[in-house]
Amino acid sequence: MIVETIAFYVFAAVAVVSALLVVGNRNPVYSVLFLILTFFNVAGLFVLIGAEFLAMMLVIVYVGAVAVLFLFVVMMLDINFVELRQGFVRYLPIGAVVGVILAAELIFVVGSTALGTATPAAPTPAIAQVTNTEALGNIMYTQYFYLFQVSGLILLVAMMGAIVLTHRERVGVRRQRIADQVDRNRSSVQLTKVKTGDGASGGVK
Amino acid sequence: MNSFIDLNLGLARPEIFLAIAALALLVIGVSLGDRHTRLIAWASVAALVIAIVLAISDKADGLAFHGLFIADDFACYAKVLSFGAAALAIIMSLDYAEREGMARFELPLLMLMATLGMSLMISANDLISLYVGLELQSLALYVVAAIKRDTIKSTEAGLKYFVLGALSSGMLLYGSSLIYGFTGSTSFSVLAATLTGDAGLGLIVGIVFLCAGLAFKISAVPFHMWTPDVYEGAPTPITAFFAAAPKVAAITLFARVLVGPFGDLVGQWQQIIVFISIASMILGAVAAIGQKNIKRLMAYSSIGNVGFALVGLASGTQEGVSGLLIYMAIYVVMTTGTFAVILAMRRRGEAVEQISDLAGLSRSQPGLAWALAIFMFSMAGIPPFAGFFGKWFVFLAAIQAGLNVLAVIGVLASVVSAFYYIRIIKVMFFDQPTEAFDRVTPTLRIVLIATVFVISLGFIAGSPFFDLSANAASVLFAE
Repeated sequence: MIVETIAFYVFAAVAVVSALLVVGNRNPVYSVLFLILTFFNVAGLFVLIGAEFLAMMLVIVYVGAVAVLFLFVVMMLDINFVELRQGFVRYLPIGAVVGVILAAELIFVVGSTALGTATPAAPTPAIAQVTNTEALGNIMYTQYFYLFQVSGLILLVAMMGAIVLTHRERVGVRRQRIADQVDRNRSSVQLTKVKTGDGASGGVK
Repeated sequence: MNSFIDLNLGLARPEIFLAIAALALLVIGVSLGDRHTRLIAWASVAALVIAIVLAISDKADGLAFHGLFIADDFACYAKVLSFGAAALAIIMSLDYAEREGMARFELPLLMLMATLGMSLMISANDLISLYVGLELQSLALYVVAAIKRDTIKSTEAGLKYFVLGALSSGMLLYGSSLIYGFTGSTSFSVLAATLTGDAGLGLIVGIVFLCAGLAFKISAVPFHMWTPDVYEGAPTPITAFFAAAPKVAAITLFARVLVGPFGDLVGQWQQIIVFISIASMILGAVAAIGQKNIKRLMAYSSIGNVGFALVGLASGTQEGVSGLLIYMAIYVVMTTGTFAVILAMRRRGEAVEQISDLAGLSRSQPGLAWALAIFMFSMAGIPPFAGFFGKWFVFLAAIQAGLNVLAVIGVLASVVSAFYYIRIIKVMFFDQPTEAFDRVTPTLRIVLIATVFVISLGFIAGSPFFDLSANAASVLFAE
């Protein structure tokens, strides 16, 4: 029990601090890296409350895909982040209002235990009886088999769409020809000793 | 334990066949390349025809996939209609795609995938299957709208459609989540059984959002803003596709959702449908008057036509839904025929889209002019053309349901819209002729002859067809 409590406070503290650093950092690359750290710690929190499937998804989807995408955007696009921050004071009141509303909603949710008197149609089984990965697996391929298949088709259409809209046949592209590479023999390879710091052409006579 | 037998796979034969056909054709297309687009397109048409046969033969009836999917006469009717419309759209896209340099084998396949999505929408028996079907259809449609990616207009159409479509999907999902939150179920069967009599405020807000999301997909006012731009920007055969098959699927889905699970709350949703119906009819009639581009005109015309079809739904009766089905069937044929004429509007290999380009068509190409005249008379609702019967049945249902004001406004809007339909006829028959169009291609000619035949002589086969529609509609009201 005490281990869990310590783990909770460690994860929670690191998550909050790194989330603040995401916003406060001047260097956008650091921000993204702190975002990844936040995701990992939140995943840890999910594991603590027994939602191991969600924790895995968070790491795979958010760290594996979304954060990497952010990193690409930050590093590849020429965005002036100093300019982006300029309207900060002007938008502060609106941001504050949104923040206050969100905080009020959170307080209401915590304050009121039940929103209605409705009884759930299918009560969730206790976590001790079945892990949620198992529970999801049980219905995903049986009860929701149809939806699972159609989601697959939707992803296929998305992939087809991406290819149709962006793929272009280019002429004069130098493609890797594996057969030619494998076909090379010792005599066609020239080994040279390259001096450090002279570049690739340094050693070639 | 669950087994495949519980899934009742047999009920979804047309869908399973279409999915397998699309996947197989995708593999074939990738290995053959874009030079064989024509082969892939005809194979897609064949797949749709086989799917129609599968849907009609050995009438399937019941729930499949653990109640997520429903097959009944209503679904069968709508499926045959949308498969047919999609097949015609693929046929019409053939020549155009080759001449405009957008002949890629993915085009017919994406249209096939969109049609599969429509079929899943029509057979949805759960809010989640409604959403996945809708998304499969929409995603494919966004891509085909932008398929001419080298032109700004087409990409703009695709992007606009995508952004606004995503917004409407968001609204639909929000509404669905509210409905689920307040009722505890997403299944239409459970909702229909439990929702009787009074509804809470939360549920009504959910239904309103759901209606807004669906109204977006059928481009009913006030969610119509994307329609003219997308219709004008997308390549013409794609616009023809947009105007026909997806409309049938979305509007039948709309009818199934409102009449099925929320059938007992008719008092709650009726006023919403009455409002969007009146607004669509009036806007469709008034805004089209000033249009010079015939594709934009057809966009407003489709908004108006959706308004007329919704009159049937607004009445909330079996006769109303039957009228809606009749109206949509006739609308699909009329609009496909009209777009076949628009596709034939080419001068020296260049497509022209202005109404003024039609001037004097009756002298240069009388066949084409007469065909368009018949479609326009039918759209305006002049007997004996089929369009008249569509309007007749929806207005009759509205009056029987006591919605006299709605019916009167509908007739007035119909009169106003007759102005711009008949103006096109005037331009063709009485204006000074301009240069003639290029020869009509054989495939377009076949589509034109078939649609003209149905619209002008359809009333001969009227009575069995009306019985069929009434039978399909009665399924929704059977308890």
